Amino acid sequence: MLDKTGIAKRIAKEIKDGYYVNLGIGIPTLVANYIPENMDVVLQSENGLLGMGPFPFEGEEDPDVINAGKQTITMLPGSAIFDSAMSFGMIRAKKVNLTILGAMEVSENGDIANWKIPGKMVKGMGGAMDLVASAENIIVAMQHVNKAGESKLLPNCTLPLTGVKCVKKIVTELGVFDVLPEGGFKLLERAPGVSVEEIKNATAGKLIVEGEIPEIVI
Amino acid sequence: MNKVVNGADEAIRDIQDGMTLMLGGFGLCGLPENCIAALVKKGTKQLTCISNNAGVDDFGIGLMLKQRQVKKMISSYVGENAEFERQLLSGELEVELLPQGTLATRCMAAGYGMPAIFTPAGVGTEVAEGKEVRNFNGKDYLMEMAFDADFAIVKAWKGDTMGNLVYRSTARNFNPAMAMAGKITIAEVEELVQPGELDPDHIHTPGIYVHRIFQGVNYEKRIEQRTVRSREQG
Repeated sequence: MLDKTGIAKRIAKEIKDGYYVNLGIGIPTLVANYIPENMDVVLQSENGLLGMGPFPFEGEEDPDVINAGKQTITMLPGSAIFDSAMSFGMIRAKKVNLTILGAMEVSENGDIANWKIPGKMVKGMGGAMDLVASAENIIVAMQHVNKAGESKLLPNCTLPLTGVKCVKKIVTELGVFDVLPEGGFKLLERAPGVSVEEIKNATAGKLIVEGEIPEIVI
Repeated sequence: MNKVVNGADEAIRDIQDGMTLMLGGFGLCGLPENCIAALVKKGTKQLTCISNNAGVDDFGIGLMLKQRQVKKMISSYVGENAEFERQLLSGELEVELLPQGTLATRCMAAGYGMPAIFTPAGVGTEVAEGKEVRNFNGKDYLMEMAFDADFAIVKAWKGDTMGNLVYRSTARNFNPAMAMAGKITIAEVEELVQPGELDPDHIHTPGIYVHRIFQGVNYEKRIEQRTVRSREQG
């Protein structure tokens, strides 16, 4: 089974040289730590920055330099600043190559729910609806089951949707899955020490298993 | 073309109860702190506030919420505020949540003189309820209307007396799009300079969009999430 770091490391392998990448809050943020050093990758922060650097050294925080999670960050040589309208313009125009975000539920046709639980305090969707509606390459990083032990990979989402038919790939602590255009979670890799049977039991939606499933290599 | 006013009190003098305001900023970054303080002091009520966030309990729009000055918030993300949550759950406060890009682009549309935009954000979700859906090249888009705000209140880093503005780093965020969108736009700046001191090639908001400008005082620039790394980590 993978821990959060393991999920982040596996997702980092999906990043290609020359990519512009938007990372969501939570596990996706960790992915930045595992991008291979020989790769030229630019991180987009939707509050208006391309070229997001690491957290500042203590004492060097700048209140005017934050990321979409409102955390103090740094800029890098070659960074560019722009306003919120342009930020979502480049997202809508598909200039961002890869979007990695968390989810509460994903359905077997690629619908995603990650912003609202009815009856609980609603904080809002932020930029998630814009990102999932426009990005062509969306990877979801999440736990396979919720705290109640229920599968988050479902035939249909039960929570209010963030976007429809948009998720292409999912990485959980149990495995790596493609969401097929015709519907279904295709198991690509399983986490070290996890059996196909265990993954089947934890997946409520249609799981497709073809041939031998290799273990994830990090 | 001198747009200079004496300070925040004069800048907001004619903001009336029941008006619609745009307020720049993202989280607590790039907030018009002086105008918010002046609005709190003036006690203007029943306001509709278009702003990406609603501040925290004791900073930003949170200060106006505490005084019950806000009737409705139009935002994309409103967490981190206990008083906000209380007013929302008790029905005292109305909230319209919109995708962040939709919010920004509805401001932009107003500043560009366009009545509406089409965006795929929210298609197939509850955000689409009651909105026209149009299909272009096989993909569905929602029609979202340009905002109509009585005042836009923004914060810039530098500005000149003619209202030309330059923002600093990610404190730019919603400020330029909102600056273009108000019937009356108020800009507060950290440094007010004379015409000619700003390089025309480096101006982010041309002064034609700005009606009133003043140099703000005592900027707190509070940090919402202070994250750092140790020197050892490199």
